[in-house]
Amino acid sequence: MGRKILFVTTDQQRYDTLGCNGGTIARTPVVDALAADGIRYERAHPQSVVCMPSRSTMLTGQHPSTHGVWMNGVPLPVDAPSVADVLHQAGYRTALIGKAHFQPYLDPFLRFEENAMSRDGIPTGRTHRGFEHLESATHGPAGPVHYAQWLAREHPEAIGGFYQVLDGSLQVNGEGGGATGAPQVKVNPIDRSWYHTDWVADRTIRWLDSLAADDDWFCWMSFPDPHHPWDPPQSEVGRVDWHDVPLPAGYPQRADDRERIIGDKPRHWRLWYEGELVTNYEAPARWVPASLTPDQLREVLARDAVECELIDEAVGRVLAAIDRRGWSDDVDIIFTTDHGELGGDFGLLFKGPYHVDALMRLPLVWRPARSALLSPEAPAAPVAPLAGPSVVTKPVGLVDLAPTFCAIAGVDAPPWMQGQPLPVTDADADARGFERVLTEWDSAIFGIDVHLRTMMRDHHLCTVYRPGTCHDGTEGELYDLDEDPLQQVNLWDDPARQALRDDLVADLEDHQPPVRSPQLLLEAPA
Amino acid sequence: MKSTRASVRRELRIARPAADIWTIVGDPARIHEWFPGVTACDVSGDTRVITTGSGIPMPEQLLTIDPLQHRFQYRITAPLFKEHLGTIDVIGLDDGTSLVVYSTDADPATMALVIGGAMGQALFRLRDLLEGTAPHCSPHTQAPDGR
Repeated sequence: MGRKILFVTTDQQRYDTLGCNGGTIARTPVVDALAADGIRYERAHPQSVVCMPSRSTMLTGQHPSTHGVWMNGVPLPVDAPSVADVLHQAGYRTALIGKAHFQPYLDPFLRFEENAMSRDGIPTGRTHRGFEHLESATHGPAGPVHYAQWLAREHPEAIGGFYQVLDGSLQVNGEGGGATGAPQVKVNPIDRSWYHTDWVADRTIRWLDSLAADDDWFCWMSFPDPHHPWDPPQSEVGRVDWHDVPLPAGYPQRADDRERIIGDKPRHWRLWYEGELVTNYEAPARWVPASLTPDQLREVLARDAVECELIDEAVGRVLAAIDRRGWSDDVDIIFTTDHGELGGDFGLLFKGPYHVDALMRLPLVWRPARSALLSPEAPAAPVAPLAGPSVVTKPVGLVDLAPTFCAIAGVDAPPWMQGQPLPVTDADADARGFERVLTEWDSAIFGIDVHLRTMMRDHHLCTVYRPGTCHDGTEGELYDLDEDPLQQVNLWDDPARQALRDDLVADLEDHQPPVRSPQLLLEAPA
Repeated sequence: MKSTRASVRRELRIARPAADIWTIVGDPARIHEWFPGVTACDVSGDTRVITTGSGIPMPEQLLTIDPLQHRFQYRITAPLFKEHLGTIDVIGLDDGTSLVVYSTDADPATMALVIGGAMGQALFRLRDLLEGTAPHCSPHTQAPDGR
């Protein structure tokens, strides 16, 4: 019997929403305890700041350029490499419960396999991407997912309580609600136990309970929250009084300060802030960021925190179920998210081609199985004990998750994986060359294209821009994360940093991953 | 993005003369043979009703079926669309092959992309159907080396 793996992901969760990362609004004792008993990463970055490319990286262990899902709406081929398949071949029972999003949701033709499986199930005797069990959910009661069908069947009266994610033009909705009129906020009277967070935990527990005691298993439990809309069960909203929520350090409270800081960045920042140009489908097309009020931001952050608390409690329920099965000492638990949320930084919400910590610095916690003896020299190998809890400050990426799962399972990482098993200490990271982490953005939709390549190395964040609708290819961003942790001073054009900039850019270009050819096609907006 | 309409185009070269391709493209009752996610269709006069994989009936008005230009045009008249025009052009090339161009103009813009994504896959299916070979390695299929 080997080590079991519980892989917990959330959607669009900021680093600073966890107590163990310094968060003060949401209470997250369950994940905090995992961090206190394991490894907490302070510089985990996604390889894309939107869902489909980032989730495809988790599954394949490849950068977006290589797996080919270059933006939301580009489906990951069903025969793409999958770590779940590797584990299944090694004898693991495998399940994905919650948000998958390897294929577009906007699919009236139901031509994408995962969408059709919400109706038809996985064909008997087959796996899908290596998963033998798949139950899907997304952010509400709509879409081709199991949760939507369950809600329509069991509690149809609850459907109308959710926020309507798309507006009448099928664009991401900007309509406001709640007490302040904040975008994507709505009072949702749904019973807590019917909300998708608890549904994902319930289904996970049910699947775990179906397994034999000596099964090895890999379970990807994927919560759709705290991604907008911010419509948690109203019964829980009182946990965090929005009036008491402090404005975040990254939110310049004076409009002229916001405009000055944004004006120092490549021009699509200011164009979006002022509502002149929305470059990507993920942000509401008709919402103007400059209209965000401090109280609206407080209400959004309060609701976001409530959603984080519900996730934390749901994780706690699943861990209790694992304990009842007697598996607690044999389970590796990894908790992370696919990307961050702007969360008021620079006066912005949601996400887009903005490669700053709000979207790129992710919560990542690994609580190794207690029965495993970890060695910094041989990560995840049963050699020597890891001396107490650990904090890794060196840069790591979600691309490193798949090889980590392989190492936990004791199987060789296939050559198509581009990362390496996560380090367990900084010394381990140094020994194995965890020096830089890459993130990329490409989008081309409705006649507007944007292309970014970013690297975090040596406490600096460096982004180059390829030519696109708003950029001629000479623009860039450079931040010193020690001097400027909020990334408010763009050093790209600072003559004193020219040599540093040139070095970082050359290193960034030297380490770009292989590009898939032919390019996969954009099939839908999201 | 402020405009609520959009225009999407896909094209593919098929190793068959235009007249051969037109036997399929020009027959409105054969759409379910090559358009992904269309499970059935019913043609009556200048009206066609397709049924999508999710069970949605989608009424269409047939606008142009021109066997000389090899041009097919239709309009989706479902209330979801404020505006729609679909155009398929089969253009014969000198070497006996043809270029098939499939365009969708729609309001809301989102639906132009949803239809546009499907029509790209439709062209690959059309090619497979006409060239009589196993499905090609389209951009939707993983390359053999896992990359």
